[in-house]
Amino acid sequence: MNKKTSQTTAFWIFRLLGIIVVGILCWILGFIIFNGMGVINWEFLTTAPTEGMTAGGIFPAIVGTLCLVAGSIVFAFPCGVMSAIYMNEYAGNGWIVKFIRIMTNNLSSIPSVVFGLFGMALFVNTLGFGDSILAGSLTLGLLVLPLIIRTTEEALKAIPDAYRTGSFSLGASKLQTIRRVVLPVAFPNIITGLILSIGRVSGETAPILFTVAAYFLPRLPGSIFDQVMALPYHLYVIATSGTDIEASRPIAYGTALVLIVIVLSMNILASIMRRYFGRKVKTN
Amino acid sequence: MIETQNINFYYGDFQALKNISMKMDANTVTAFIGPSGCGKSTFLRLFNRMNDLIENTRLTGTCLLNKENIYHKSIQVDELRKKVGMVFQKPNPFPKSVFENVAYGLRVNNMGNKSYIAQRVEESLKAAALWDEVKDKLKKSAFELSGGQQQRLCIARALAVSPSVLLMDEPASALDPISTSKIEELIHLLKQKYTIVIVTHNMQQAARVSDKTGFFMLGELIEFNDTKKIFLNPEKEQTQNYITGRFG
Repeated sequence: MNKKTSQTTAFWIFRLLGIIVVGILCWILGFIIFNGMGVINWEFLTTAPTEGMTAGGIFPAIVGTLCLVAGSIVFAFPCGVMSAIYMNEYAGNGWIVKFIRIMTNNLSSIPSVVFGLFGMALFVNTLGFGDSILAGSLTLGLLVLPLIIRTTEEALKAIPDAYRTGSFSLGASKLQTIRRVVLPVAFPNIITGLILSIGRVSGETAPILFTVAAYFLPRLPGSIFDQVMALPYHLYVIATSGTDIEASRPIAYGTALVLIVIVLSMNILASIMRRYFGRKVKTN
Repeated sequence: MIETQNINFYYGDFQALKNISMKMDANTVTAFIGPSGCGKSTFLRLFNRMNDLIENTRLTGTCLLNKENIYHKSIQVDELRKKVGMVFQKPNPFPKSVFENVAYGLRVNNMGNKSYIAQRVEESLKAAALWDEVKDKLKKSAFELSGGQQQRLCIARALAVSPSVLLMDEPASALDPISTSKIEELIHLLKQKYTIVIVTHNMQQAARVSDKTGFFMLGELIEFNDTKKIFLNPEKEQTQNYITGRFG
């Protein structure tokens, strides 16, 4: 093969593989939309399940998932960002940082069901939170902590040292430099980590299985010590262990669709934020 | 006025500066010349303690700014850096507006209220010969300026906190000839108010802008004298060889 044909062949292989990946994604989305669209209506979105979860809506599960996302992010985002700042800006390159980095990477490869068990042992039993939004959020928070730490660290690393030395040379302290120069510039990329975490948290089932998720709880939570239903677990329940699996099949697709839409719209919101802050940084 | 006595400086085991003693007078421009890796930038960065940021370094000897030992325990580094401004090799404005770049040093050091900051920003931009070019785009991003303008913005930024010394680490090496000559003219003007120390690779530049020149080689100060003397009639053979371009 000469240079030109091998290049053309290679490009076609790349193109084909790209099309396959996007194609599969579209297929899944199309399948869910096609099967789930039918049950989506106002009532489905705003009422609780009835008739042994074969009818009614999924409102408590939507609220539950939103609570869990908010709770885990409130816990994990500041912790993760601050750890990353410590590791990248303060700690230098000693063995402690290397150790933390290795441990963080290990943490991110632990199966999520193990996080579930750990959450149950620590938050539910030892700390006595019981099956609750608090316990579930903390467990999910632990799960995404490595993701947030890593993306934040990458965001901080991407910032040229010239900004930092420029700031120090004007008499700024390290904290001022981080707050006024480093973080604003890194923020759009840090938001990316947040987007990924939100997607991860809203879809996870195993960590909430033993820590918060309720099989059937057709009311809204009153406090962070309440149990809630959650979309991924609800989907699992009505698809595998509901009272009448065949009858609740459309509801399962509808639930999946709602879950996807929630994740998608959070992602869109975050990318708008990302772009907004990206622009603001340059002129402010 | 800066005075160093028997300065030795080490990166790990490597000795970058060997027993350097010299005096830089107020309101003069002192240039450091020498081949790459001779220690001239390292020496420059001692005066605002930028080398503190590098791990595993060691310093012996004394470094005095207006008779005060700047490495003494009682010295606060941020206060020192207010007095000793620095301009870097590549223009490094912050990703902020022109105004905020100059105001930065004032803000982090809590110097003055809003109207004072606005006044200082204008004064500094004027002192850096940039005001006329940017007065209508103070709110625009500093990245919209040309490279030469960005470097003068960095000079204005350093001047804003009213330093007495200005350190310049090859300030024109990333700029085109016209921007370079603007920076050089600016150095002439700034000399009246500031003590300027400039590191440069460009010998013509050293000859044009400086009153005194120090020639460094392999961490040693080979020769330090009036610029005219260094370039017309150097005492050491190494200086002569470097200046005439036989190595370097």
